[in-house]
Amino acid sequence: MNISVRFFALYKDRAGISVLTVELAEHSTTLDLMDKLYSMYPALPSATPVLIAINYQYVEPNSILHDGDEVAIIPPVSGG
Amino acid sequence: MIIITNDPIDPDSITNLVRKDGNGAVITFLGTTRNATDGRKVNYLEYEAYQPMAQDMIRQIFQEVKDKWDIEDLAMTHRIGKVAIGEISMVVAISSPHRKQAFEAGEYSIDRIKEIVPIWKKEVFDEGGVWVGSGS
Repeated sequence: MNISVRFFALYKDRAGISVLTVELAEHSTTLDLMDKLYSMYPALPSATPVLIAINYQYVEPNSILHDGDEVAIIPPVSGG
Repeated sequence: MIIITNDPIDPDSITNLVRKDGNGAVITFLGTTRNATDGRKVNYLEYEAYQPMAQDMIRQIFQEVKDKWDIEDLAMTHRIGKVAIGEISMVVAISSPHRKQAFEAGEYSIDRIKEIVPIWKKEVFDEGGVWVGSGS
């Protein structure tokens, strides 16, 4: 299945890309996705706590993914 | 009304969105870009938003305010992109029949924006940029 991934802020800077598509096995979770992203982009920050959103909703760290999901990696927000 | 924009913000137009004859109090909060952090000179700021989700999360905050204070007259705008020092990066306008509720709801809204809305700020120093909360 294909998952659309969005990077922001420091993650975007480190990956050098903001939007990409990742192919994962059926029934993969957000943890599987993060493992794959860290292997694809070793420069991603490892110490920054992130939240994950699927289709614009925050989700638990080990959530099941579905084909076509848009997953955003959300580092600490700092609007204002 | 929720506006996320690359353009300079006019706070009066945001304030006017929430004014109503039945309301005796209007609070408008301006977030402005500061010229230093921990004694280091900031040259300018850069903001980035995850647009659809930021809009959803602000709508959620407006709903929370409605549930807690029965206030519906809210507007919020946030600037994205490069913002010079001293400019307005955010406006929250809130209006209610009496001032106490407007002050409380205003502070609550701003706290929640800083907690859950996917918008990020980069402070750019002479040595380079730092994402607030994440580093460089």
